[in-house]
Amino acid sequence: MERERISGTFSGNRGLQIEEKLIFEQDEPGRSGVDLPEPPTVKDRLGGVRRRQGIGLPGLSEPQVVRHFTRLSQKNYAIDLGLYPLGSCTMKHNPRLNEKVVRAEGLADLHPMQPESTVQGALELIDTLAHWLKTLTGMPAVAMSPAAGAHGELCGVMAIRAALEHRGDKRTRILVPESAHGTNPATAAACGYAVDPIPANARGRVDLAAFKSKLGSDVAGIMITNPNTCGLFEDEILEISEAIHGAGGYFYADGANFNAIVGRVRPGDLGVDCMHINLHKTFSTPHGGGGPGSGPVVLSEALAPFAPLPYVVHEPNGFRLIEHDHDPAASGKAFGRLKGFHGQMGMFVRALAYMMSHGADGLRQASGDAVLNANYLLACLSDELTPAFDGPCMHEVLFDDRFLKDTGVTTLDFAKALIDEGFHPMTMYFPLVVHGALLMEPTETESKDGLDLFIGTVKALANRAKTGDTAFFREAPKLTPRRRLDETTAARRPVLRWRPKQEQGVAAE
Amino acid sequence: MRYLPLTESDRRAMLAKIGVPSIESLYRDVPERVRLNRPVDLPPHQGEIEVERAILAMARKNLGTTKAPSFLGAGAYRHHIPASVDHLIQRGEFLTSYTPYQPEVSQGTLQALFEFQTQVALITGMDVANASMYDGATACAEAVMMAGRITRRTRAVLSGGLHPHYRAVTATHAHFLGFELDLLQPNPEGGEDLAARLDANTSCVVVQNPGFFGQVRDWTKLGEACRAAGALLIIVVTEPVSLGLVTSPGDVGADIVAAEGQGIGNALGFGGPYVGLFATREKYVRQMPGRLAGETVDADGRRGWVLTLSTREQHIRREKATSNICTNSGLCALAFTIHLALLGEAGFTRLAELNHAKAVQLADRIARTGKAKVLSDGFFNEFTLQLPRPAAEVVEAMAKRGILAGVPVSRFYPDNSDLANLLLVTATEMTSEDDMARFCSALGEVL
Amino acid sequence: MASVKYTDEHEWIRVDGDTATVGITDYAQNQLGDVVYVELPKPGQKVEKGKQAAVVESVKAASEVYAPITGEVIEVNQALVDEPATINSDPMGKGWFMKLRLANASELDGLMDEAGYKKFVEGLH
Repeated sequence: MERERISGTFSGNRGLQIEEKLIFEQDEPGRSGVDLPEPPTVKDRLGGVRRRQGIGLPGLSEPQVVRHFTRLSQKNYAIDLGLYPLGSCTMKHNPRLNEKVVRAEGLADLHPMQPESTVQGALELIDTLAHWLKTLTGMPAVAMSPAAGAHGELCGVMAIRAALEHRGDKRTRILVPESAHGTNPATAAACGYAVDPIPANARGRVDLAAFKSKLGSDVAGIMITNPNTCGLFEDEILEISEAIHGAGGYFYADGANFNAIVGRVRPGDLGVDCMHINLHKTFSTPHGGGGPGSGPVVLSEALAPFAPLPYVVHEPNGFRLIEHDHDPAASGKAFGRLKGFHGQMGMFVRALAYMMSHGADGLRQASGDAVLNANYLLACLSDELTPAFDGPCMHEVLFDDRFLKDTGVTTLDFAKALIDEGFHPMTMYFPLVVHGALLMEPTETESKDGLDLFIGTVKALANRAKTGDTAFFREAPKLTPRRRLDETTAARRPVLRWRPKQEQGVAAE
Repeated sequence: MRYLPLTESDRRAMLAKIGVPSIESLYRDVPERVRLNRPVDLPPHQGEIEVERAILAMARKNLGTTKAPSFLGAGAYRHHIPASVDHLIQRGEFLTSYTPYQPEVSQGTLQALFEFQTQVALITGMDVANASMYDGATACAEAVMMAGRITRRTRAVLSGGLHPHYRAVTATHAHFLGFELDLLQPNPEGGEDLAARLDANTSCVVVQNPGFFGQVRDWTKLGEACRAAGALLIIVVTEPVSLGLVTSPGDVGADIVAAEGQGIGNALGFGGPYVGLFATREKYVRQMPGRLAGETVDADGRRGWVLTLSTREQHIRREKATSNICTNSGLCALAFTIHLALLGEAGFTRLAELNHAKAVQLADRIARTGKAKVLSDGFFNEFTLQLPRPAAEVVEAMAKRGILAGVPVSRFYPDNSDLANLLLVTATEMTSEDDMARFCSALGEVL
Repeated sequence: MASVKYTDEHEWIRVDGDTATVGITDYAQNQLGDVVYVELPKPGQKVEKGKQAAVVESVKAASEVYAPITGEVIEVNQALVDEPATINSDPMGKGWFMKLRLANASELDGLMDEAGYKKFVEGLH
């Protein structure tokens, strides 16, 4: 049968790779994987809004659920398995100590609205992390509540807008380099700003002259990533900073690439007004298949008064959570609230455990090793691949697709072939300023042996591409649980949930 | 250092290959005057023993819900999480995997997200759900902005029964987008005429069910009024377990549902990370923010899943994106999915019945003490108590007796003296007979 | 006699009297990849030269389609909503987006003819 033809086995399984249906396809009405006591009989006080019909959730036992998700997990690549050379993602090792401490009694079991007197240790932890972040960045204040990097960006740009509104200065434009991550212009637009792109120069940095020519009294600020998304340090950053401030605007820094400079350069010294930090990048909190993240935002003296609520303060009597702007300890100018409750506490605990483990000396060594590893990739691959810019790079290295010219093999095909070799592909087609970009960030938690194998593999694939073996690349990957998937049909006729058979018949075209 | 694999000999060999003398020389593009020459003023590296000791010392200063009977709700709920959930989410392939942009090596994450989306659509009674948002409050703000895009109107009406954090987050977004909000007063005794606030520029009306003060309502008529006015009905749910017993938002005509999923699968964790649920009607799917997992086939014709409709998202649309959101709450959504898979229909509905029964028992016992009045006529597992004294003081006194008695409304509305004596009290399947007895006796002592 | 003109944003416009049919070029559809969705204006809607009139989405990109001239939308190609792939297979014919009533025929003067557009595209690489 078909299944046998594809897998070569009767069951469709292949050794440790087990096929697994949806939970909805394993339903047995009445079955459950949780034993709960019989509810006591009471006179219900629902006010007549009791559910009118069944929900349709499937019933499975505990062994089935455990098998289901275990089998699913085995179809995933992960940092625990191998390298993710994803530029600007900083896929470093996720220490298990972090997982242990976050689950401690007295942390995991705290309700956010308990009286402050009962959670002094939790507030102390948030304050301690805040201190580490402020010291590492050389900034006087930090907003801890944003839930992710993009959320932190929103926080920064909202703080800028609030500061401008406060001084009655209506400005309409934000300058964003063309190489910026897509969240930057999306954030600017979400705050009501028009986005004005700044071109890159031939060295891959912000074109200083072009930037200066765009300045005016209607520019609210600039959003810069440094090191930038080409993996290069913006060496004219001090001039840029001076220019934007001179024009009355603010300097937002996207901290996605902080791993290159942590412990070695402080954004505060560069004149940054606000910078979000991705705890799930630089500070090792796990990616969890897409989240949760945490994006605290360090703030300059100028923007600190506008920080969103809530935040922790350390007073002689202990720690307090400032939740209302008229609190005597508050500035009275908070731009609002960004999230329910206080912030991603679970990520705070993990990040603090990581920082304390590394310490000031370890963090400095980590950023150095991250930059060393990326430059090692550049040095080893610059013959077979085409670097987009001259080195040295920072913690990530950018290649373009010139080395694939006339081979018939695209950057995408190249990446898919890498999957069969046991590596997650590098970031592709980003940044947009280069053609067919391949952006690689190894991080400091890769061993030299591991990198050498990766380098050897990439060279071998590059050479194979140059022989014109397009069929090999187009077929890749072949060894994964699924081959290339049809994204076009998925977008043309979106199927975004399971439906029972009788409904499917109606829903089909 | 245990997380750094490179040895000194490795570094020397690599520097030689690169052709530079030191790691410092790789930083030559950094202006001299901003280069730090020594480590910053923070403690040096420590092993697991010291780090654990330091963090647990902070943990020990807190009185958690494991030790103290807890009656806290107000948007975060203490439920039992089956042991399997935490084991499964800690599998390295789930914990340490990346966003599923390469679907061939992410089918585990993608299939789980597809199951999550289906579960959320089922319990909310809606057509389609996304792969999660940061939390309920941000989901609520995103829902209002989505209503604005769909109707091309710039005004929203927010019920007084909507969680104050959700109101505040929505107000923050509204301010920066030039959106006008009609914020009704907090209403512990119910009685709002939301339909009367609809006008030609209203994009949506936002209500919460069960409401912030605990009350449950049938919003069908409001849904009809909204439709007649060309506006959308947004229903917020902060206690997802309520969906096991209460009429679903879909059944009363909601256009968008924004909810907090923490109550299923996720610990209280002092407020985060949580997981926002977001669901809507089929016709609005392209206006929905956030990630979406969609079903498709691979090159061999076998069923698989991919992230889809990505052109709404920031990495493609950039400034025209529906939202700037980049992450979902992946691992928390997975915990939700596993917990709900374990519960199933029978378990979930029983859990909800149990919660309501416990709350009814607690409300009756409190009423019998004669010390406090239960204000909510209909509720799920949370209700409002009117005390003879400011609730914040009472809570502090109860805490000294080792009981986390509930959330004083004044914590959210410190300036509203009418609300000062109100306490939000929750019971769940975790609330034992003994807990209830201790609560009542302590309350008697304090009042 | 209908004549086809082109914009530098890769829209084509075929004029017949005071009615104009608008679509995107073969170059544009090739750049986009498989089209998955279109967002069309409504009949009766007024469009302005150079401003967004429609959106076309592929798996990897979403692009604005700008009105080549100012006018009023008379008809839109609803078939594209069910079969967006038509834009890939027949961009100059069955893949048309909308029919407009011209407000000002002189706006056509600034647009490229077939030879001019061909040269323009060649210059893009």
